[in-house]
Amino acid sequence: MQIEMRGIDKSFGGNAVLKSAGFLLDHGEIHALMGENGAGKSTLMKILTGVYTKDAGTVIVNGQEVCYKNPQEAEKAGIVFIHQELNVLFDLTVEENMFLGKEIRSRLGVCDKKAMRAEVSKVLDRLGVKIAPDQKMSELSVGQQQMIEIAKALMVDAQVLIMDEPTAALTQSETEVLFQVVKNLRKKGVSIVYISHRMEEIFELCDRITILRDGSYIDTKRIADTDMNDVVKMMIGREIGERYPARDCRIGKTIFQVKGLTCPGVFKDVSFEVHEGEVLGVAGLMGAGRTEIMQAIFGNMPHVTGTILLDGKEIQNKDPREAMKNGIGFITEDRKVEGLMLEESIRKNIALANLGRISKNGVIQKKAEQDLVQEGIRELHIKCFNQEHECNNLSGGNQQKVVFAKWIYTEPKVLILDEPTRGVDIGAKKEIYTIINELAAKGVAIIMVSSELPEVLGMSDRIMVVREGLVRGVLNKEEANQENIMILATGGSL
Amino acid sequence: MNNKKAVNRLQDFGALIALILLVIVIGAVSPDFRTVSNFLSLLRQSSINGFIAFGMTCVILTGGIDLSVGSTLALSTALCAGLIKSGVPAGPAMLLALLIGTALGMVSGVLVTKGRLQPFIATLVTMTVYRGLTMIYMDGKPISGLGDSFVLKFVGKGKLFGIPVPVILFIIIFAVFMFLLEKTVFGRRVYSTGSNWKAAKLAGVNIDRTKLAVYAISGGMAALSGLILLSRLGSAQPNLGDGYELDAIAAVALGGTSMNGGRGRIWGTFVGVLIIAVLNNGLNILGVSSYYQEVVKGIVILIAVLSDRKR
Repeated sequence: MQIEMRGIDKSFGGNAVLKSAGFLLDHGEIHALMGENGAGKSTLMKILTGVYTKDAGTVIVNGQEVCYKNPQEAEKAGIVFIHQELNVLFDLTVEENMFLGKEIRSRLGVCDKKAMRAEVSKVLDRLGVKIAPDQKMSELSVGQQQMIEIAKALMVDAQVLIMDEPTAALTQSETEVLFQVVKNLRKKGVSIVYISHRMEEIFELCDRITILRDGSYIDTKRIADTDMNDVVKMMIGREIGERYPARDCRIGKTIFQVKGLTCPGVFKDVSFEVHEGEVLGVAGLMGAGRTEIMQAIFGNMPHVTGTILLDGKEIQNKDPREAMKNGIGFITEDRKVEGLMLEESIRKNIALANLGRISKNGVIQKKAEQDLVQEGIRELHIKCFNQEHECNNLSGGNQQKVVFAKWIYTEPKVLILDEPTRGVDIGAKKEIYTIINELAAKGVAIIMVSSELPEVLGMSDRIMVVREGLVRGVLNKEEANQENIMILATGGSL
Repeated sequence: MNNKKAVNRLQDFGALIALILLVIVIGAVSPDFRTVSNFLSLLRQSSINGFIAFGMTCVILTGGIDLSVGSTLALSTALCAGLIKSGVPAGPAMLLALLIGTALGMVSGVLVTKGRLQPFIATLVTMTVYRGLTMIYMDGKPISGLGDSFVLKFVGKGKLFGIPVPVILFIIIFAVFMFLLEKTVFGRRVYSTGSNWKAAKLAGVNIDRTKLAVYAISGGMAALSGLILLSRLGSAQPNLGDGYELDAIAAVALGGTSMNGGRGRIWGTFVGVLIIAVLNNGLNILGVSSYYQEVVKGIVILIAVLSDRKR
């Protein structure tokens, strides 16, 4: 199937999101769609699949102008959008999920389980994945759930698959399986639109790449004819320079020590130390226990034993409140779930971790609060109308900066960052790296969990690798490289 | 953008506009409605629901609900009447009743926090048990003949500068809640608990203690309502306060507070309480049968909540 989108305009309430955007999708290709957050990738795809209606422009599918009124119509035409947040009902089985809304019915109107099960097995076989049709969705890994979404699309005989950040929650091996499936689909003539922030993946997987910036079409190139720097330049419209800004690093004395931290069945005997002004990277596969270790340090996990020392003195972090009092800060991996009150203002979010500082006898001092928040907005360059700006309406990068602001003013001695740049565009990523560097320069000890190896390598002074709940090694900057880390993370030894 | 803001602002005042319209319409039809004495008695009637609704607002803002308020009211009032009857002076007995109400609310809070029960279930349990305990304590019969203590009469029947004491209390407590929710750290904790408890917990908010506090407040407010009723009726009834939780929840919903927690304003509840009171009072004066009144009330709530649906 060939799709051409030309001169697409779309605005929401006077706010132009797409300005003459477009792209051209060929039969049987994997086409990357790239751009910073807010560049209009998702909006463009939502217009193609009938979620939104365009203000102007044309959409041509196989030589005919079309305008789908809703996603169902697009699906009938063979165009399926697999959203980043999977559309999954966890309490139902695989088969029930796949046939949701289009159940095969026998003559009496009763669901024909047998026929549906057979169909599901057939499609899953075609994908080459081993999942039983009667398994509950909640029992599957995220990667497997993703496969079910793809299987769903194949069941309706999709000719075009649009995938939005499909690997965001996948482990390395799951990602490999996904890539294999996607490549097989291409062989069968299915076209794939691949939206991702992960540059490495795009260069590994895609045939061509189209770049959008500020809602406008910039360029389309064959992957072979371009490189990462070129793509970044097109995405942000200028040279970004070093992806990881240099840091004035003065590593001081050991300030934070963890000894024999254990949580039965999750992680065991975790010991490490961090120095003042140091960034300790924590690498490992998804599910290795990194997040759990950090949650435990912050007092947000039950049944944890072991010792935590700050400045040589043992501290007890029974709950997050005590951890904060002890001088620890924690920026969680999912800002939408654990980091922000999305429907609240920037002001109330930043204030939340600093209530003690801005209040007297339990009464909030308006002036103190406003000053603090204003300082945060200024220092961290949060782009917003004012303090009352609702966090929902901020870009991922700016949301993350709000979370940083919230924690910086608690003046932590140790700051734990869990995936600090997930879902953040390249420009904002660099700003966040700069913030991290400035904190380290002030002597804050930083523990940074990240699944992006280039980020871990670019930012850390030392790198701790975790696999299956055990620390498998700590690498110095000099000895750390992508291979070493992957070997430790996947079960080899150096 | 400006347009959207204007619409939002309009919705902020939606309940208030509805209230004003109701007053104008009923006032235009009925001369009996638009008298000062009727307004004062309307306000006095609304205070009963008002106290409960203020407490309920706090609970709902944390993402919970308190179904037990009616039973809490009955039990604390019954115990108060029992104490007075057995010779305890009215003043201390009433203070004790407030503490009892607070403690009863706290039990719901413990079930929600330590027991990890859903608020609906937890307070359904306490609602049923408290009502049962009230029946047992009173043996199903009213307690009357409470003597003529000044304090007891003053709370419900007294006047200051011509204004009924319950109305004065209503206004004062409204102001206190306004201050508590808008200006204090406690208020922030209440909102953040309902808005995103995970984020709040990680930011150092003691979620359990906050929840415990709002259920305690709710219980205390229910007891206060009960005292006003006790004073006005001169006796405690075993079925006192039956169904009051629904009027309180209706007032909170009318005021635009989200049942999911995290969003809402106490003054919205204030307006919601008044709307319900005006409806009750106005429809009575207009001679609408009580069967129809219920239907009208339901429809008004529906309209208000529909028009309040943002985005």
